[in-house]
Order: sequence, then C-alpha cells, then structure tokens
Amino acid sequence: MVPLNWYLTLAAALFCIGLYGVLSRRNAVAILMGVELMMNAVIINLVAFWRYLQPTNINGQVFAVIVFAVAAAEASVGLALIISIYRRRNSVIADEMNLMKW
Amino acid sequence: MSISQILFLIVGAVTLISAVLVVTMRNLVHAALCLIATLFSIAVLFVLLDAGFMAAVQVVLYIGAIAILIIFAVMLTRRVMADGSEQTNSQWPLGLAIAAAALASVAALLNAPVWPALPSVDTSLSISALGKALASPDGYVVPFQIASVLLTVALVGAIAVAGEKK
Repeated sequence: MVPLNWYLTLAAALFCIGLYGVLSRRNAVAILMGVELMMNAVIINLVAFWRYLQPTNINGQVFAVIVFAVAAAEASVGLALIISIYRRRNSVIADEMNLMKW
Repeated sequence: MSISQILFLIVGAVTLISAVLVVTMRNLVHAALCLIATLFSIAVLFVLLDAGFMAAVQVVLYIGAIAILIIFAVMLTRRVMADGSEQTNSQWPLGLAIAAAALASVAALLNAPVWPALPSVDTSLSISALGKALASPDGYVVPFQIASVLLTVALVGAIAVAGEKK
C-alpha cells in the first residue's frame, strides 16, 4: 500500500519543477508548459485526497473534473494570446513583452 | 515493499524525470514531447488511485488537446527562437532557489505522521456516481454547466484573440 504522503511529495516536487520552469524560461510557450505541470500537480493532490480521505464521497472527483475544464480554458486562451503577440511583435520571448510594463 | 509501491516508484520516477526534461530541454518540440510523457505517467498515477475516469480525461484532454495545442504553438512560433539560443533568463538561479525552497518547506510538512492509511472500499462504482453527481440537480449540475459556459467563452475568446484581423 502506498502512503498518502508519497503522492503529496510527488505532487509537491512536480509543482516545484513547474515553478522553476515558469520562473526561468524565456519562451512564453515554455512558461505555459510549466503552468501545465503545476496544474497537474494540483490535480494529483485533489485525486489523492479524494481516494484517501473520502473515497465514498464523489465530490473530490467532481472538483478535479472542474479543475480540468478550467485548465483547458486557461491553456487555450494563453496560447491564443501568445500567437496574437507573435503576430504583432514577431516575438515569443517573455522579457520582450513589455508594452504594458510601467 | 509491495507491488503497488514499486509501481508507484517507477511511475513517479518517470513523471519527475520527464518533468525535469520539460523545463530544461533547449528544443521546445522535445520539451513538448517530454510534457506528453509526464502527462501520460500522471494518467497512470490516476489509475493507481482508482480514478479511471480521471485517467481517461487526462489522456483525452491533456494529451489529446492541450499538449497538441502547445506543439502547434511551438511550431507556429518556431522561427524566432533558434534552438541554439539561450533558453533561460538571467534570473534562473534565483528561480531554482525559490523552487527548491518551496519544495523543502512543503516536504518538511509532509513528513509529519498524520496521514491516514488507504481505506479499502469498493471504488468500482465511482464512475457512475460521478456521472450522477455531475448531472443531477441535487449534485453539481450548476457548476458543471458553468464550466461548460466557461469553456465556450474561452473558445470564442481564443478565436477572437488569435484570429486573423481583417
């Protein structure tokens, strides 16, 4: 039997790898990949807590399904923004997207 | 060590190694392929957690839709970043330190022996229970519909933002 904190540790490690990707990558698409890793770490946590704490109560999985839907919306809008910026400025480098930077 | 623990360790190692490759690969197409490997091993983790529906959604939605969308975005924006150019910004040591500190602080909390053991219940009916919860008025039909509206709005918004301006 796998203890719950193995899953939580794996999810924490995955989240921190994604965080490193978000903080250190220059390419905006690569930053979005880091965000996807972080989102997946959160979903692992939700499903693991459902299975270990309330397996007879389906609410935990409903929560995870809603998070999936929000993740899909986030990815589609984020990539659309990147494509749009690329069309106008011919760049996907996050440092160069400074039009609204004060 | 039981079979499930060995399986978990193998799948977890694949997940973490491919996740590290996602954030370190210079070639973004390779990084996106590693992202697919990560997402697939997370689907296997869902199977280990008796959440078969989540595993199916993970494969269909994340690998089938989001990862493909990311590969398309990489290919559409390919010319600007040659594979040889620098992929990390000047703050990457700070980012690494922050990520390591976050992991260390969470891992310290996770070592506390307060976690419950795996309850042995029959989860084979969880898919039908999930379907009923998502579709019944006593359950979560309103959040489910709002999520559908959110997806529609995101779809229209993505087309409006990325579409060709006349």
